[in-house]
Amino acid sequence: MKTLNIFWIFSLIFLVNVSLLAQQVQKAEKGPFLLKNGTIHTITKGTYLGDILLKDGIIYEIGAVKTDATNITVIDCTGKHIYPGLIDSGSKLGLAEIEAVSVTNDFSEHGDFIPHMKALTAINPNAVAIPVTRVNGVTTVFAKPEGSTFPGTGALVDLFGYSPEQMTCGSERVVMKFPSTGRRGRWDRRSDDDIKKDAEKALKNINEVWASALAYAKIDSAAGAQKQTWVKNNPQMDALLPIVKGIQPLFIEVNSKADIEEAISWVAQNKLKAVFMGVAEGWRVADKIAKAKIPVITGPIMNTPRRDNDRFDAAYTNAGKMSKAGVKVAIRTDNAENTRNLPFNAGFAAAYGMGIDEALKAVTINAAEIFDVADKYGSIEKGKIANILVTTGDPFETKTKIEKVFIRGWNIPLESRQTLLYDEFLERNP
Amino acid sequence: MNRIIFILILCTSTLAIGQNVLIKNGTVLTVTKGTLAETDVLITNGKIAQIAKNIKKEANYNEIDATGLYVMPGIIDAHSHIALDVVNEATSPVTAEVNVGDALNPLDVSIYRALAGGVTISHAMHGSANAIGGQCETIKHRFGEINPDNLRMQGAPRTIKFALGENPIRTHGEGSKIVPNTRMGVEQIFRNAFSEAKIYAKEWDDYKNGLRKSSPEYNLRHETISDILKGNILIHCHSYRADEILMLMRVLKDFGVSKVCFQHVNEGFKVAPELAAFGASASVFSDWWAYKFEVYYSTAYNAAILTRNGVVTSINSDSDELIRHLYHEAAKTQRYGDLSDDEALALITINPAKQLGIEKMAGSIEVGKDGDIAIFKGHPLSVYAIPQMTLVDGAIKFDINKDPDDMRLDINPSEKFSSFYETDKSQENNGCLQDVSEMLMQESYAKYLRFRYSKNHSH
Repeated sequence: MKTLNIFWIFSLIFLVNVSLLAQQVQKAEKGPFLLKNGTIHTITKGTYLGDILLKDGIIYEIGAVKTDATNITVIDCTGKHIYPGLIDSGSKLGLAEIEAVSVTNDFSEHGDFIPHMKALTAINPNAVAIPVTRVNGVTTVFAKPEGSTFPGTGALVDLFGYSPEQMTCGSERVVMKFPSTGRRGRWDRRSDDDIKKDAEKALKNINEVWASALAYAKIDSAAGAQKQTWVKNNPQMDALLPIVKGIQPLFIEVNSKADIEEAISWVAQNKLKAVFMGVAEGWRVADKIAKAKIPVITGPIMNTPRRDNDRFDAAYTNAGKMSKAGVKVAIRTDNAENTRNLPFNAGFAAAYGMGIDEALKAVTINAAEIFDVADKYGSIEKGKIANILVTTGDPFETKTKIEKVFIRGWNIPLESRQTLLYDEFLERNP
Repeated sequence: MNRIIFILILCTSTLAIGQNVLIKNGTVLTVTKGTLAETDVLITNGKIAQIAKNIKKEANYNEIDATGLYVMPGIIDAHSHIALDVVNEATSPVTAEVNVGDALNPLDVSIYRALAGGVTISHAMHGSANAIGGQCETIKHRFGEINPDNLRMQGAPRTIKFALGENPIRTHGEGSKIVPNTRMGVEQIFRNAFSEAKIYAKEWDDYKNGLRKSSPEYNLRHETISDILKGNILIHCHSYRADEILMLMRVLKDFGVSKVCFQHVNEGFKVAPELAAFGASASVFSDWWAYKFEVYYSTAYNAAILTRNGVVTSINSDSDELIRHLYHEAAKTQRYGDLSDDEALALITINPAKQLGIEKMAGSIEVGKDGDIAIFKGHPLSVYAIPQMTLVDGAIKFDINKDPDDMRLDINPSEKFSSFYETDKSQENNGCLQDVSEMLMQESYAKYLRFRYSKNHSH
């Protein structure tokens, strides 16, 4: 009887321990970390063998790091490759949980002119797709609203943190959909004339908004100059102020050749700083985009041609053609849950004419420059934010394993619901 | 004018079925018999006749120099909706009598774009609006043919589309306020349809055996379903959740049906041992998930888990976009689950061939099989791989170096350029619920579909 009791007590302790282990969640580790002897792909300063010290959330030191500090975790990277974290320049990650369940979507608010709607407010730090994305090496995304002419303000965020404050990269950008003369799909049975009229009307509306925004900016400046207290409630116009004043670029979604040309003149006419998004037919007018010095965010690269008569690889080759013409190109997935495919999109762009080096820039330094955060992101340089990948090879290559992901210096567990399901079900019990 | 001549050439060249061609000196990925370096593949009258080094070219053979290139079997997509004018007969939960083979569109430029991704055979499927949908057609990508019948793959077994879960529930339960409105209802749709067909078959048997004087009324729906029960039609069942997969296997067991391929089957990994025990196969997405609730608990490791549990698994597209890079989709199983090269390639060749019942004719490079070949620069599982040439029955149907940009077969003479589609057309013109939108004008449903039109996914 006594032995039986002891048996039960031990069994109970054992069971409790096992269940505690099972419930243990891997947490990110803070460091500092010394990555020893890896091939460092800096993007901006060449590729070489060396060490990187990640400390206080930044790239603290690069090269042959000598340190006798005892609190540093040393990670041997011999034979491994070190890259900056990849940046997706256009996604709905965190704004769309389950696409067909409308209550789980937060990227499309009512209203046609609502630039003050802030994506950063609605990004869910605990979206299930966030860990799924970052284990593939994507550490930063531009999460943007869509659905109307001025659907809101997107936010560049790092994919680690528990609040918008912890995730934001400090770059929020107003997005706009340029009036389209394309068809929305096969079901779009408007006549050519109607399509043209709709686009003209939409552009007229935008011009009216713009005239108001200019007037508003003048009043605002005047009020500021006279140090008057201007009690106001016009958040839409406030959101446009940095653009009208030339401080920030306007991020314009525009795709067909004719629309791109129209958008180039609209931007010139209004003397704006601009970034084009989508730019599906950029290849048809790449020289004009380059001449206008407008950077582009293009993608997804894996896409069908937008016209039936186009060559089968029109979307694959678009990024490379624009890049060769001298356009600064960044790549986006324009996806939510499969933002993890960014490296493969970049790989296809590389294969179809862009080349690996340019494609790497398109998901690192070019993106950082477009979002005006190149002082902190987009390459491995001393003092930049420690968003770092350690891989078995080229991060675009499908077979490559991403072995470590650091975001802001935190060593992120390479775990997501998808890996947990694998662990549980590969050999199911019972 | 040049284009028209080119099209004429295309059309005439395919009339001569079965070409003679010698593919020289490639790295041959047979899939079933290993990888052969610097090997030739001889295709005679459209069939693979010899695989060896230094085969001598005879006079009436074309020669393709594959030096430095990879030669693999034509890719097979076990789930697609290209080359179809219509996909869903969404008027009843059971429509076994219809056949998408009656709606083949050989002019669809998507066929060419699939060829440009090395895909030579696809399973043109009915949609997923109905629990028992229409019959499907296994087609060969003989682009250039204008007679729809010439797309059909002779000798391929009959197949039919089933569907579980949200799509039949939304279409009929929510849309038309009839059963099925739940997964309980879906089960009973099958049991009822099978039982009716059994009675129907018995009535005909009785009539043929003289036990009944007058013939029963002919009914194509019952006729088709009784063919399923006799094992003459392969079931391809749109499914996502583990419970509904188990349900269908129970129903099939009760009615003595053993051949089933579960399509999409995002939660197949949860019931992999049951699938293996039943002998069911699985045709999955490489990584699509979260586009609706029933695929929220998915994992990109699905194909690897199923493969490791002994389930014959393929990776499909269900999309005229994805069908163009199935080789890349298959490669993802090397990131998610460490499949070997041959295992990964099998997912898009021999395994889908088995699921379509055409494994004796296609799916690997073996003597006697159809001369369906895809030639790649770079290993096809590399993200940098670029398809160079694709052959169907030994005829070159895609050549990256020779084909003109515009490969349309149906040209509207009144437009200089075809329309620009703001949304990628694949996001709206294919997928399992195509054609349902105009039937169901219910506001929430229309909104749901509009939403889907703006997405990459439509399934």
